[in-house]
Amino acid sequence: MTLNNIWVFAQVANGAPTSSTLELLTKARSLSSNVTAIIGGDGASAAVLGEFGATKVYAVNHGASLPGVAIAAALKSVIDGGDTPDLIMFPQNYEGRDVMSRLSVKLDKTVITNNVDITDGGDGVTVVTPIFGGNTLVATTFTGAGPFLAAFRPKSFVAESAGGPAAAVTAVSVPDLGAAGSAQVIAVHVEETTGPKLDEADIVVSGGRGLGEAANYALIEDLAKLLKGAPGASRAIVDAGWVPYSYQVGQTGKVVKPTIYLAAGISGATQHMVGMKGSKNIIAINKDKEAPIFGVADLGIVGDVHKVLPKLIEALKARG
Amino acid sequence: MIVCVKQIPDPAAPGALDGATNTLKRDGKLILDDSDAYGVEMALQLVDKAGGGEVSLVSMAPNGETSGLRTALAMGAARGVLVSDSALQGSDALTTAKILAAAITRLGGADLIIGATESSDGYTGTVPEQIAELLGLPSVTFAKKVSVEGGVLKVNRQTENGYDEVTCALPALISVTAGVVEPRYPSFKGIMAAKSKPVEEVTASDLGITPVGWAGAGQKISSITQAEARQAGEIIEDDGETFTKIVGFLENLKVI
Repeated sequence: MTLNNIWVFAQVANGAPTSSTLELLTKARSLSSNVTAIIGGDGASAAVLGEFGATKVYAVNHGASLPGVAIAAALKSVIDGGDTPDLIMFPQNYEGRDVMSRLSVKLDKTVITNNVDITDGGDGVTVVTPIFGGNTLVATTFTGAGPFLAAFRPKSFVAESAGGPAAAVTAVSVPDLGAAGSAQVIAVHVEETTGPKLDEADIVVSGGRGLGEAANYALIEDLAKLLKGAPGASRAIVDAGWVPYSYQVGQTGKVVKPTIYLAAGISGATQHMVGMKGSKNIIAINKDKEAPIFGVADLGIVGDVHKVLPKLIEALKARG
Repeated sequence: MIVCVKQIPDPAAPGALDGATNTLKRDGKLILDDSDAYGVEMALQLVDKAGGGEVSLVSMAPNGETSGLRTALAMGAARGVLVSDSALQGSDALTTAKILAAAITRLGGADLIIGATESSDGYTGTVPEQIAELLGLPSVTFAKKVSVEGGVLKVNRQTENGYDEVTCALPALISVTAGVVEPRYPSFKGIMAAKSKPVEEVTASDLGITPVGWAGAGQKISSITQAEARQAGEIIEDDGETFTKIVGFLENLKVI
């Protein structure tokens, strides 16, 4: 089929569209010349959204309401008004998931999440989802009529500017949400981090349960700092409360693709591997030589992180 | 209080696909998804704090399996509804949400419905929010701290860079992140009591929902392929000097 009308759920952080947004717009414009960006808030970012391929922006100012229910209701009203997309692409993150879930019910359409690719062929629109930690790829084709709803993992596509003009902005109001709209944000808290951002850093040093106790995470931070990289973590130690959630690499955390990923005391659960397997070079230190992480490591050290890391840190410090 | 729980194949065993249907094999013994233990614990704690109330479970499985539900009952939940129907195999997330929403309605609804952010086997991650929409309820996903004060739900909701404080009227639905509370281990007494707690088994058509399974899914699997495996690297036992190997590796890549 031909995708004549594609919508992309766009997000803005610190005044600029997120990298996931630009990746999806780049892919969308390769599938259709008619790409609309959906944005919560106003149309201030229309210039960049246009540059990456959006011709139109629907801006939904949802105020303090959580975006999921409000934006889905606004989009339903646009679709009822006659602008019907063939495909809506969402980033695989909090807001994307909430909006697509609500909208799938309103439209009575399936949603396919966790995708890394999409093709539009003679047989229909097909998305590709990695399972079993990325070892197996499942291609799923949408059946029936659109709109097709699909969510994509970060870094599935490479963002490239199209040099397009600013997109035309249309404000869309939020219909009365009734009881479903009662969730309100009353305060926003930002967890401060220093150094490069985890999902943008060229070097990531992550620690896991093998560190033994929370205090030993300092080794990870020291090493990351020496290498001008970002510290990361497995879900196990985030769940244990050693480090904030924003450090988590994996299925439910950040997806990273750095030049070097160093995993210390991480066994390599599927949940973690999904978030780091795309790294160009992987170094793993773990005392269990059967740990799955060694299956993806370019350099694997079977040893005790408490012995290897301090020596490595000393050696790097000695180099100045 | 109603908790949506999923029974999944033991994650310690390698996952496999059924060659005939291309669905995840779920024919063996199923256990309570770890992700759902947090929701069950959260519900039990909220009921304790409220000084009354009851925790019920809803679940869906193709084969009548209840061992995962029994774990949640042993933790302290009072009863469950299991929607079990071989026709459910291949159901997409939306159909799953419709089934669970109907099961919740059958239980008479709840002040608070709790789910996990995503299951550990299928991890679609949309079902709780879809249930909220189907039932016309407000929802707060990715809850990492939850309390009810004066009949109002207060949630710290995980965000990309920190968290938001959110308030919400009841009834409502929340999805809780792993680590939100420490799930209790079922006591021996709890395990014994769980054996006699009621689990009502119903089919999709009992709930008035058709079609289900592949027939109701707006999608079909078109191919399954193996991803290109990474080349195996050099694995060495630490002899006290392997840190020099790492230094050399970093030097080769010109990052130091």
